[in-house]
Order: sequence, then structure tokens, then C-alpha cells
Amino acid sequence: MTTSAIIMLCVGICVTWGGAAFCIRLAIKNNRH
Amino acid sequence: MAQREQWGSRTGFVLAAVGSAIGLGNIWRFPYMAYENGGGAFLIPYIFALLTAGIPFMILEFGMGQKFRGSAPKVFRALGEKWEWLGWMQVIVALVISIYYVAVIGWTINYTGFALNTSWGADPKAFFFGDYLGLSKSPLALGGIRWSILAACTLAWAITWLAITSGVRKGIERACKILIPLLFVLVLVLIARVVNLPGAMTGLNYLFHPDFSKLADFSVWADAYGQIFFSLSIGFSIMLAYSSYLPKDSDINNNAAMTVFINCGFSLLAGIMIFAVLGNMANATGQDVADVAGAGVGLAFITIPAAINTMPAPVFVGTLFFLCLTMAGVSSHISIVEAVCSSFIDKFGISRKRTATLVCAFGYVMTLVFTTGSGLLILDIVDHFINNLCILGLALAEILLLSYIVGLDDINSHVNAISDFKVGTAWRLCLKLVTVAVLGYTFVMNIVTDLGTPYGGYAQSDLALLGWSLLPVAFVLALAVSRRQAAYGFVRQN
Repeated sequence: MTTSAIIMLCVGICVTWGGAAFCIRLAIKNNRH
Repeated sequence: MAQREQWGSRTGFVLAAVGSAIGLGNIWRFPYMAYENGGGAFLIPYIFALLTAGIPFMILEFGMGQKFRGSAPKVFRALGEKWEWLGWMQVIVALVISIYYVAVIGWTINYTGFALNTSWGADPKAFFFGDYLGLSKSPLALGGIRWSILAACTLAWAITWLAITSGVRKGIERACKILIPLLFVLVLVLIARVVNLPGAMTGLNYLFHPDFSKLADFSVWADAYGQIFFSLSIGFSIMLAYSSYLPKDSDINNNAAMTVFINCGFSLLAGIMIFAVLGNMANATGQDVADVAGAGVGLAFITIPAAINTMPAPVFVGTLFFLCLTMAGVSSHISIVEAVCSSFIDKFGISRKRTATLVCAFGYVMTLVFTTGSGLLILDIVDHFINNLCILGLALAEILLLSYIVGLDDINSHVNAISDFKVGTAWRLCLKLVTVAVLGYTFVMNIVTDLGTPYGGYAQSDLALLGWSLLPVAFVLALAVSRRQAAYGFVRQN
């Protein structure tokens, strides 16, 4: 894979799964329904 | 006042919403869409669309469903008695989708079995169109029923019926708590297997190598927004119904963001899985990845089986792949049918079991058409017009009504009062300007394109009967149902 392809793959994974992880962490922290 | 059913836990609700959003489109539409529109560069408009349209629209739908505690017709009636028909139009579109979507699930169930001994043989294309579908020459030449497809569709309808009659908590939530984690595990296992195959990295390079010049093309941005809308189950009553079962103090904004991020993250995983397989196939057959890349039915039932033929241990990859498609499809189908059932339960006060039985029985009978030799052709036309005209048109009508007639202030205050993080002016601008502009542009362009060139080369009479007629027929039916006196007014629930 080219470096630019690897960078874009990382950007995609970080934004989507990073965003999901942030939301899940917030949900666990505040313990809401 | 009766107590409305509720989700058992936040995890259960999010998994159900994710299960609804993740469908066949995430696996067979997103990867090719990204590849066609600049590869890695497509992620920029895609992420932009996720933030400016996906999450705002999801917050809106979750907020309305939870606030008014009802399905789409009940929500729109609460906004104004004269808008109830819009809710019923969304429900009718959902009903049509549930009828043909189950046919595709039937194919994936059959192919899960076929994968055990690669029944498609050396020529998956001839097998799919000929031996399996027995494809007719035109949409109205039905041919006979294909019994293996009918059997698989029966199984799919039975699973959906069972999940819905068992109730929100014991049926839908329980099913999604099994299906969705299992789907993620299977996809991760598949990825771990296929990325190690020869040529897989070449495939991934095709998918992620960015062509930034494509970003200057407006159609790439429109495609990104279209992909976000189609893959999130928004604008056609599903998320309204699901969120109506949330407790009164639920965190709307975070649940919406979580659902959208997980759905889009799954699409990315599916892209890795599909292009690693395509890269391996290209390597094995000496072709270019561009020659084997594709989307939709052709990708799932022709290209992937052909790719599986070239792999070591084809049974393992083939079975898991079609099992993934089946689980993604079933979890979405349950949500579509639930959106229909909850509307009838809300309006007419019929029991859940009776409603689910009637809706599933009606849907099952109608599905028979899609199990015939012309099933694929009819499905192709109906699906095209449902996606390009009906869903887009109804989502546009919903957002216009909320943004410019009813106003977003009430719903904004409501979601902020119960959510951990707040939304404000930016959220309203995203809905009022960005979402309206992109949906409006795409809707008009789709109509212009379809008027100019008959879709798929079908006869105009077939397109008129199976495609163009959908929206006006849905409108007349929606108007008729909305004017019917409800048994007890809309059922009032806490």
C-alpha cells in the first residue's frame, strides 16, 4: 500500500471508531439510558 | 394511560439502531462508492456528510420519536393533524422495502448453503442468473416460483415475525444483541483471514489510495451524502419507531452520534474485507482490480463467489461472508417491519401479535412475486425508484416540514434537556441548509436523470407501472389511512 493510502485508512478508522469510542466512553462515564 | 414498551437497556437500543442502519448497503454499496469516487479521498466528503447530515438527522429522528413516543404517523400527527399522511407515506415505503428486501435475504440464506460446497461451480454468473434465479426476459414475464428462494424467504419472514411478536425487549432487543456482536466478530475474522492472502494489499491500495482531484466534482459530495442517508435508515419511519421505545430521560444526542459512528465504522471494515478479496482475486486471475471491482447484487452473488473459487479454503470464507450478509439483512428487516407494525398498533390499538401476523402474512404473500423468474428485474426497478425517489423525497419533505414550517426550536430544547452534550445553532444550520440543499439537489437530479434516460433500459411501461407509480400510489393510500378514524384516537401511552 502507498503511504497516502495508509494515511487515509488511518484517518477513516480514527474518525469513525474513535468517534464511536468517545461516545461509548461518555455513555459509560455518565451511566445514562 | 397504557405504558409504552421500552428497551431493556441502552446497549440494547444502540445495538438495535445499529442493526437497522447496518444492512446490505454497507457491505456491497459503500466499498465501490468509495473506490469510484476518489478512493481514500472520498473519506473526506463522507466524514463531512457524517458530521453535517448523518448525526444531525439522526438526533432529529431520535428526538422526535422519543418526545412524541410514537411511530411516524403519530409523530407527524403530533406536529399537526394535517401532516399524518406524511408519516403513513413513510410507513408504506417501509412496507414495500420489507417485501423486496426479504428476497435478497433469501438469496443470501441460499448462498450460505451453496458456499458449503461452492455449488455455483466455475461460472457463478451463469449459475446465479440461470440455474438459481431462472431469470425471465422481462419484468412482467413472471415465470414460475423458485422454490429454494421461497423456502429461504419463508425462513426470513418467520425470524422477523418471531422477533416482532416477542416484543421490543424480548424479541427485537434480544435478536439484535445476538446478531450484531456476532456480525462484527464474523467480519473481523474474515478480515483477519483475507488481508493475509496474496494481492490483498493491492486491493486495499485501490480502495484507499486518494485521488484528491475528485473532490472538485460536486457529484462526489452528493454521492457521499447519498451514501450516508441510505445507510442510516433515516427518513422512512424506522428510527422514529425505535426511538419511541426509549425511556423519557434517555440521552438522545450521544445515542445518535454513537449509532452513526458505528455504522460508518462498519462500512469501512466492510470495504477492507471486500477489496482484500477483490485484490486476491485479481492476483489469482492476472486481472486488474479495476476489472473485477463492482457493487450490489453482481458483487455479492457473482464476483465474490468467483473470488471465493480462487481462494484456499473457500468453504470457510464463503460461508462466513454470506452469513454476514444474512445477519446484516435480517437485523435491518426486523426494524423495517417493526416500523410498519408499530404504526398500526399506535393508530388502531390492535395487539402486537395480531398486527405482526397480519403485516408479515401480507408481506409474505407479496414477496411471492420476488421469488419468481422475474423477481430480480422487478426488484431492480422497485429498489431504484424507492431509493432515488421515495426515500429521498420523503426525507426532504420531513426536513422541510421540521425546518421551515414547524420549526426546530422545540425539538432542540427537548434533546438538550436530556442529553449529555448539547446541540445548537450549528445543528440547526446543518439541517436547514446543508441537509435541505443536498437532499433537494439529489432529488431533482435523480428525477431529471430518470426522465431523460429510462432506468436500466427497461420499457417505459414497466418503469411507469413498477417505479413512477410508487410515490403517487403511496400518497393516495397514506391519505386514505390517515383520514380513517382511529379506534381510540391514537393510543396514548407513557
